[in-house]
Amino acid sequence: MIPFDYAPASDPDSAVAAVTARPGAAYLGGGTNLVDHMKLGVATPDLLVDVTRLPLDRIEELPDGGLRIGATVRNSDLAAHPAVRRRHAVLSQALLAGASGQLRNSATTAGNLLQRTRCGYFQDVTTPCNKREPGTGCAAVGGWNRHHAVLGASEHCLAVHPSDMAVAMSVLDAVVTVLGEDGERRVPLGEFHRLPGDSPEQDTVLAHGELVTSVELPPLPAGARSGYLKVRDRASFAFALVSAGAVLAVEDGRVRESRIAFGGLAHKPWRATYAEEALRGAAATDEAFREAADAELRHAQPLPGNAFKIPMTRNTLAALLRELATEVRS
Amino acid sequence: MSRTDDGGSAHATQPSEPLKPLDIRSVGTSPQRLDGPGKVTGTARYAWEHPLAAPLYVHPLQAAVARGRVVVMDTGQAEALDGVLAVLTPYNAPRLADTGDAELAVLQSEEVAFRGQFIGAVVAETAEVARHAAQLVAVEYEQLPHDTELSTGRSDLYRPEVVNPTYPTDTEDGDAEAAFAAAPVTVDVTYSTPMEHNNPMEPHTCVAVWEVPEAPGSQPRLTLYDSTQGAHQVRKTLAPLFELPPESVRVVSPHVGGGFGSKGMPHAHDVLAVMAAKVSGGRPAKLALTRQQMFSLAGHRTPTVQRLRLGADSSGRLTALCHDVIEQTSRIKEFAEQTGVASRMMYAAENRSTSHRLAALDIPVPSWMRAPGEAPGMFAAEAAMDELALACGIDPVELRVRNEPGTDPESGRPWSGRHLVQCLRTGAERFGWDRRTGPGTRREGDWLIGMGVASSTYPAYAFPGSVAEIERRADGGGGPGGYAVRIGAADLGTGTWTALTQIAADALDCPLGEVHLEIGDTDLPSGTVAGGSSGINSWGSTVVAAARAFREEHGAAPAPGARTRASMPSDPALRNYAAHSFGAQFAEVRVHTGTGEVRVPRMLGVFSTGRIINPRTARSQFIGGMVMGMSMALFEESVFDHGTGHVVNHDFAQYHVPTCADVLDIDAVWLDEPDLHANPMGAKGIGEIGIVGSPAAVVNAVHNATGIRVRDLPVTPDKLLRS
Repeated sequence: MIPFDYAPASDPDSAVAAVTARPGAAYLGGGTNLVDHMKLGVATPDLLVDVTRLPLDRIEELPDGGLRIGATVRNSDLAAHPAVRRRHAVLSQALLAGASGQLRNSATTAGNLLQRTRCGYFQDVTTPCNKREPGTGCAAVGGWNRHHAVLGASEHCLAVHPSDMAVAMSVLDAVVTVLGEDGERRVPLGEFHRLPGDSPEQDTVLAHGELVTSVELPPLPAGARSGYLKVRDRASFAFALVSAGAVLAVEDGRVRESRIAFGGLAHKPWRATYAEEALRGAAATDEAFREAADAELRHAQPLPGNAFKIPMTRNTLAALLRELATEVRS
Repeated sequence: MSRTDDGGSAHATQPSEPLKPLDIRSVGTSPQRLDGPGKVTGTARYAWEHPLAAPLYVHPLQAAVARGRVVVMDTGQAEALDGVLAVLTPYNAPRLADTGDAELAVLQSEEVAFRGQFIGAVVAETAEVARHAAQLVAVEYEQLPHDTELSTGRSDLYRPEVVNPTYPTDTEDGDAEAAFAAAPVTVDVTYSTPMEHNNPMEPHTCVAVWEVPEAPGSQPRLTLYDSTQGAHQVRKTLAPLFELPPESVRVVSPHVGGGFGSKGMPHAHDVLAVMAAKVSGGRPAKLALTRQQMFSLAGHRTPTVQRLRLGADSSGRLTALCHDVIEQTSRIKEFAEQTGVASRMMYAAENRSTSHRLAALDIPVPSWMRAPGEAPGMFAAEAAMDELALACGIDPVELRVRNEPGTDPESGRPWSGRHLVQCLRTGAERFGWDRRTGPGTRREGDWLIGMGVASSTYPAYAFPGSVAEIERRADGGGGPGGYAVRIGAADLGTGTWTALTQIAADALDCPLGEVHLEIGDTDLPSGTVAGGSSGINSWGSTVVAAARAFREEHGAAPAPGARTRASMPSDPALRNYAAHSFGAQFAEVRVHTGTGEVRVPRMLGVFSTGRIINPRTARSQFIGGMVMGMSMALFEESVFDHGTGHVVNHDFAQYHVPTCADVLDIDAVWLDEPDLHANPMGAKGIGEIGIVGSPAAVVNAVHNATGIRVRDLPVTPDKLLRS
């Protein structure tokens, strides 16, 4: 492990100033991803600014029925919050589907969003990786890519974003509040993470030194239900092979509104706008749900190692929407 | 190997005289683990934890190419780092006296035989500095083409002399080909199992202290605090490499956090730790492999490709059984897994052939992993039996019963005890086997439900070479009292501390509390390795022999200091019998119709393994084996990238073993039948049989649930998807 400095932050502004001033600095949240990467030599910050004691650990219920979630709220606390469970079930379910109890106790809201995309080669400094060392190539292209992207990938990077929480936030139309040297800005969650393109080293649109301070969730549309379904190789403590989050409002047997996002398929939580479009006004039937999935998956470019994700995603979305439609009817 | 037709009956008419059975009192009861309080309070010392003054820390350097030669190692930056004592390389490392075992010939040449092989090490004042310095060493290679991929079509597959440890490579009884061709019902199927890694919880750890006494001409002394399944084995293997007489080497290993075979012999890290100690000026050198390093340096289970050809008459009686195995070894050291061996004795069949062929590849050295041979071999064979049951239209339990051999088909000898049919019947009854329906017919909501069965077996090994010592300790006046029982046995978390104490108490005819067991140290009399489920058989027999000799010599009221040693008794009569354990494993699975996810709500194992010494620790061993078998069926796969030449998923986030959420209602029971042919305890060893058969039970249950027969492990959701 490379030696580094450590500084607990006293307030958000000074934290931003400290990290902005040093190109090698990084924020330390729960440490569940960054510290792993430091041990592996994948991340080599020379200064860690610990933001876990900043006063950003509250969950506020907003007058319009929305929620503001502080950046340092622990995943366990967020999943268990009564308002989250009541109004934003998809978020609670997604959080509880992720990682393990111990990790959720440590992981923070902002840290969860800022997890690096996941790939065994990225985490192994003895292999080429464009994300870790731009220009060295992508070992996953001809290697092990069972878990890798089928949507939005590039020849430079096939990695997928590992967060379950971010998929839920995507269908909740979350907005991320970011503090920089020039003040605050608001980034819709759908624009927060990047596709790899030809610069896979950048996972998000954040500039160096920008600090996530909160995530805001608008209220769900009236009569809508939400839920999350995750498929994994074992019952717990595994990243999604595929996952689906959805908000669904059904009226008279027809879909009034749907919001759908997929996990495990892309470099970012994948908001399935083609699927949403296909469902608008459609009968809330298994057949329509499958067709909606296909409307999105038509754009997929699977590899031999992960082609199974196409039928798996179709079935998973259909199962989730069937469940939500049943709930709505009852 | 051919079977003599009259062999069985000839032996059967001459029953042998087994060693005098042990009168049991504590054996068969369930005292809590004697090592439990030490473990839960953190005072039980594992290899890394022995308090030693002024230790140094070792961080290995590993080859980043799969084959080639190190041409430059620039250690300047690393050596310049504060706190770095030495950087070992192939150029400056101590020379070994014996490089015959290429796995242990660490840093003896610039050649790279597999990716991840040691090419050096940093010795430093802290673990962090050692790790940092390791990252600063710049290495250049001359890279050579590598070949890491096992396939059936290779032209260089070869026939090893024997398979592990000394079984014949091939066997032929009758005319299997002709019988198969003539059989009215046949199954001809090929199964494959992946590379797997043992992954004990405690990483492979060695702390080495090399002391050179000041007196002129005196021998150096080497002390190893090692995580090993056999302290004496480590000493015997390593002493000659460093030109030390065995008595100058001490190996200390009282507690071991799991091994599953991967700590059954010293590996390269032990040699590297000793080399580091040699340059550490008498200070202890501490080396613990990282989880990632364990994937290239501590052995693995070979992948296998197994063709099973079963021929049967219409009533399901086997007329031909062919089991042909293809597997891999490292180019630098042969390990030939005995995958097809269980098929030689499991069922009756007039005509039978088995074979093993190896590919020697540029890969890390494979080795023992829990039930080497039986675990992958019985997966394929027992899944094929399930396919035969379907082909014959016979219940899978009944099929196995119909093929029960009266004597060992391989040797012709009578069984020392074979109660497979009773295991199958008992298990079927307890599990509710009669509720099983046809493939793909039972459904609850989105989940398909199925049941599977498979047989288990494991040889009742006992290895000669152990010695035990009994000493009456002084009591009164502050003396400890009771009996010291000393033997270089090992406890990997299995329960040896407790079970061996129970055996000693009964053998000495004294209360459990009067026995003070000492194990895990080469200062004790020699103990054989904890491998092949042989520990309790071997050490227990030895302790019983020593206790009997002690009582004979010193009587019922021995004076303090009275002491006796005895070796493991040989039991010529046992050679007249085929001694194996048996079991029947049942699994219920649920498979999601949409996602292919598999859950295992119920597992039951019914075992016949002779007398159970301690039901509490035994149950844990059985269940642990069954969980590992379920893990083999559904999760475990070391994904080898043939481009880079390494295991990509070399950590616990990617190499899956079951979580608590995966292990639901799991139970193990056993028949109460001491096998007094086996040894005085009537025990047959239980460490491995749990993983044998359980993979097939799960996979057979998946077929029963879905109608989908997966023949390549693991059964991941993508293999069960319907669009």
